Amino acid sequence: MPSENLIEIRDLSFSYNARAILKGINMTMQRGKVVAIMGGSGSGKTTLLRLIGGTVSPFAGYVKFDNQVVHELNRNALFKLRRKMGMLFQFGALFTDLSVFDNVAFQMREHTDLSEAMIRDLVLMKLHAVGLRGAHQLMPAELSGGMARRVALARSIALDPMLIMFDEPFTGLDPISLSVIGSLIRRLTDALGTTAIVVTHDVQESLQIVDYVYFIADGVIAAEGTPKEVLETVKPFVHQFVHGEIDGPVPFHYPAADYQADLQLEENFV
Amino acid sequence: MFKYLVSSIRHVGHGVIDSTWRLGYASRFFILVLLKSTTSLRRFGLVIRELYYTGVLSLIIILVSGLFVGMVLGLQGYETLQKFGSESAVGTLVALSLVRELGPVVAALLFASRAGSAITAEIGLMKATEQLSAMGMMAVDPVARVVAPRFWAGIISMPFLAAMFSVMGVFGGYLVTVVFIGVDEGSFWSQMQNNVDFRIDIVNGVIKSCFFGIAVAAIAVFEGYDAPPTAEGVSGATTRTVVTSSLAILGLDFILTAFMFRGIN
Repeated sequence: MPSENLIEIRDLSFSYNARAILKGINMTMQRGKVVAIMGGSGSGKTTLLRLIGGTVSPFAGYVKFDNQVVHELNRNALFKLRRKMGMLFQFGALFTDLSVFDNVAFQMREHTDLSEAMIRDLVLMKLHAVGLRGAHQLMPAELSGGMARRVALARSIALDPMLIMFDEPFTGLDPISLSVIGSLIRRLTDALGTTAIVVTHDVQESLQIVDYVYFIADGVIAAEGTPKEVLETVKPFVHQFVHGEIDGPVPFHYPAADYQADLQLEENFV
Repeated sequence: MFKYLVSSIRHVGHGVIDSTWRLGYASRFFILVLLKSTTSLRRFGLVIRELYYTGVLSLIIILVSGLFVGMVLGLQGYETLQKFGSESAVGTLVALSLVRELGPVVAALLFASRAGSAITAEIGLMKATEQLSAMGMMAVDPVARVVAPRFWAGIISMPFLAAMFSVMGVFGGYLVTVVFIGVDEGSFWSQMQNNVDFRIDIVNGVIKSCFFGIAVAAIAVFEGYDAPPTAEGVSGATTRTVVTSSLAILGLDFILTAFMFRGIN
């Protein structure tokens, strides 16, 4: 009987060049849920995805995926585990030397013994799910940003993973593509029964599609809750973030010397 | 003054430590590539695809350069040799210069700038656009899938390209001296046949080009894989590939020549 939680993160800490990025994070993600991780740029959101995928190891604490502690696995076990994960990189990260079809077929050819006829059917089904079956013979360079993101989404669900991680899926998209990607994330995770983590700072779009939200600031979880709770929160940081206010706990000005002193006003005006 | 002295010594020290560290890192990477090569040798289709990009697409520049180098050799050789009345030896001169030295060395230099830089830029850009990370997240090792096939393709194509360079060079020399200038065709070929030894000259030339192939391929894949994932990072890595490979080729050539041809004749 699998436990209800796909991912458990306990006291997770990570530093990069002596700079603490994550300081004791605790999270729980249930199967079949879409969870958003929000926070300013450089707050360690992408690092968290890397820790879950096991491309970096934590300094303290652990990430448990499907009842296995990720950083304790050896290389083979880790690669086996990663077959249960799909990841959508910020700009798609499609293989530029392969066509759309071959990009989606990549993992099937690498990891399974399926016949080419079977792979063809599966790839076309995956592409159909993101609305790009007709584009299967195009090269990545011929796709728009939104289409590339959709192909990457089809590629990330190629092996029907238990978890899909989305790294900034909404960055640089026009409003139509943005809604398309947003609804695809929700629809595909529901259809496949997959868990999804969406790392983003696009508040409006993501609050419509997710079940739960974590806010990371200064390496700790500043707030968490359902989208409704988050919108109604009075915590200054979350309020500033959700409503996009210019000044607040996150200051507009980078720390600097006194303005008057910097402009040497005393000397000139005395 | 003292401060300047200390800082300049420190600068040198840093440089030495950095280069040593980098050399060690490169060696470890080289061993890693060798260990991960089983996949690419088992799935040889991956290597064949890269052979097309590194080898076949380098053919034009290799063949044209070989032809011109041979023509110049023939012309210069004839001008000098005819002063001593031994213009029939021009075939020997052209062939020996090409198979022993110019074929392997010039072909390798061209290969480094044509194919080596392309390999570095491709791997570097794949890294910069997160394609390598994406592959790792798909549980496919990028060193085995991307790096090793390119490395082996470089090693395999180098000796063939060098051989073709030499063949075209000999043909160029023949064209200039026999066809245009009118050196006796029989003595051109027979002198060449008598004085070029298969074991000493041709095999040694091929061995040289194998070494150059390993050097260029290893440097190109390492620089690409190690490139900082930015535009200037990739451009710097591409430049370093060409510069480092060229120096490595010339340095290796001296060492190999000293071992192979010392004391012959």
